[in-house]
Amino acid sequence: MSIDVHQLDAGAWISVNDSREVSVSNLWRLARQEFCGCEMADFLAEGFVEVGVDTRAIEARIAGQCIACGASGVTDWLAVGRVLDGEFRPVVPESVHIPCRRSRLARPASLE
Amino acid sequence: MSTNVEGWKDEVYGEEIREHLFEFAEEGWESIPDDEHDAWFERFKWWGLYHQRNGQESYFMMRIGTPNGVLEPGQLEVVADIADEYARGPADNPEFGGAYCDWTTRQSIQLHWIRIEDVPEIFDKLEANGLSTMQACGDSWRNIVGCPVAGKDKHEHVDAWPVAEQLHEEFKGNDAYENLPRKWKVSVTGCDEGCGQGDINDLAFEPARKEIDGEETMGFNVRVGGGLSRKEPRFARDIDVFCTPEDAPKVSAGMSALFRDHGDRDDRFNARIKFLVDEWGTEKIRNTLQEEYVEYELPSAGDDLREQYTYNAGRQDEHGDHIGVHEQPDGNYYVGLNVMVGRMGVDDVRELASLADEYGSGEVRLTQRQNVIVTDVPEGSLDAFLDEPLLEDYSPDPHPFMRGSIACTGTEFCSLSIVETKNRQVRYARWLKENVELPAGIQDFHIHLSGCTASCAQPQIADISLRGMKTRKDGEPVEAFDIGLGGGLGEDPHFADWIAMRVAADEVPGYIRNVLAAYEDESGEESFREFIAARDEEELEALAEPEETDYADPYMHNTKMTWYPYADEDEMDDRPTPARADGTPITADD
Repeated sequence: MSIDVHQLDAGAWISVNDSREVSVSNLWRLARQEFCGCEMADFLAEGFVEVGVDTRAIEARIAGQCIACGASGVTDWLAVGRVLDGEFRPVVPESVHIPCRRSRLARPASLE
Repeated sequence: MSTNVEGWKDEVYGEEIREHLFEFAEEGWESIPDDEHDAWFERFKWWGLYHQRNGQESYFMMRIGTPNGVLEPGQLEVVADIADEYARGPADNPEFGGAYCDWTTRQSIQLHWIRIEDVPEIFDKLEANGLSTMQACGDSWRNIVGCPVAGKDKHEHVDAWPVAEQLHEEFKGNDAYENLPRKWKVSVTGCDEGCGQGDINDLAFEPARKEIDGEETMGFNVRVGGGLSRKEPRFARDIDVFCTPEDAPKVSAGMSALFRDHGDRDDRFNARIKFLVDEWGTEKIRNTLQEEYVEYELPSAGDDLREQYTYNAGRQDEHGDHIGVHEQPDGNYYVGLNVMVGRMGVDDVRELASLADEYGSGEVRLTQRQNVIVTDVPEGSLDAFLDEPLLEDYSPDPHPFMRGSIACTGTEFCSLSIVETKNRQVRYARWLKENVELPAGIQDFHIHLSGCTASCAQPQIADISLRGMKTRKDGEPVEAFDIGLGGGLGEDPHFADWIAMRVAADEVPGYIRNVLAAYEDESGEESFREFIAARDEEELEALAEPEETDYADPYMHNTKMTWYPYADEDEMDDRPTPARADGTPITADD
């Protein structure tokens, strides 16, 4: 089944199968991360820089800032949700997430 | 690899979008295939329609491009009528009511809550009156900006209005330039006040004089690659080109074609020409323009007038913002009126149109400070005009905190914004006016509030820059701002230095009060901008602390998570959207 993923409106949100699903302005808790020196980054999502699909997981690299320490930049890949039975199930941003470097090439947007 | 947006543009873009738009309008919102939403909403921008944010599905922002901010006699009334009839949503704004017009920082007009089914009728009404939404958004020539009183200004050395009009005519609906890698913002200014804000545009024509064939010629120096977005602000760079008003279209065509051909279509975040200027340098830009895009020899730059710039220049001897009563070269007067955060309710807009007709020529102009100007008022009518009740709310002599306030759209409608903006800025300005005495000598004090890094309110060029952010207060996430100090334009423009970070929104007025108190205590004869420039980052960080005051902020919660921040029932699940043309919500069962 095809999953169509875009970041749109200057990175304001992620569209999954033409439905706006993940928006900027949420706070994400990031653990085991290299984004900043905090043990647990409290990361404000300001823009989606890249999006991709890994099997059914929708992933993104997000530009933003850790509001605990002030470091700003772009995260490694983060799972923002999954597509199950054709339906997008978002993760809860304020639960703990672990950004990953990709070990293989991401499949960029608009994939079969 | 080109982006998905480029793919959609390859399929359908430019003027041809209109016929599809009209088909969807005829058939209704639900006729837009679900799996084509992203593509069509991206394309609709070219015709000035921007799908509103999550929770407001099926409603659009509509932008009307008014070149140089000029509304000819009769046009403002049409805009008011359209806003009254079509720009009403399912909930009112507590400050501005149920229908209103926004004057933007690019001298355009924005209406909200527009339904696609109404678009053909709105276009008919606009176009019958010489107005259009064409290329108001999207990847092409945007609304051309400039000195808002071009052609009616005693400070003017070149009448820039015919040039702006000509560029508007030539580059709107011109298929050679209808699909650029990204937006293309142009400023044309002939006055010596600097109010065209050329420094923050992709392409800027600024007044200059040059001796050509033994004769002093007035024209423009050309700058390229300015812009504020995405924490990557750039001032436009001098490419050492002078051009006459007659040659401005040739240079414009050449520069926008160069951008069309060499801008980055693989990465939209790197697409603006400011990044190409970074990469190539000004010499390569100039050489490429000369060798590949212009068929006459480009003269080197002339002598500019930048040292005379007064607008937002950190000076206190002249405002340069066109507010107040000013004599025109023909002996009539123009009167600039302050519009808080650029928003007017439709009844006020209609009254303004009527007053412009009664006292002036009927023409009204919009400024890049989100204000309005009534032109062509005879001296004998001035007193009666100034006595009109409308001017009590839209003052020609506003308090500096009112005069200096600019705010973008914010989370009320915008997908990108992090925080609520316009209503908050109104409350900030009122509180500051009531509670903070400006230090002696300060007549101009600019506070620009932008909801995010896109910088639509131009925060980096203000005395106090506010950029939307989040922080935690008592462990709970609240809306906040990064605060910058000391930005501005003028001969030597300067971006604000970001000093106080992640300040909770309800502590911002206290911070501003404390900064001004520190300035009053510690400054000598320095202007505020000089005072900031003279101190290093550490000193500035120690200058003042954020502080809670009796200012109350009703928008501290995450307004982006609401479907509309001011609705009584504001939870996303309560949203009455998407809706049919008559406003009835479409449910999942439909």
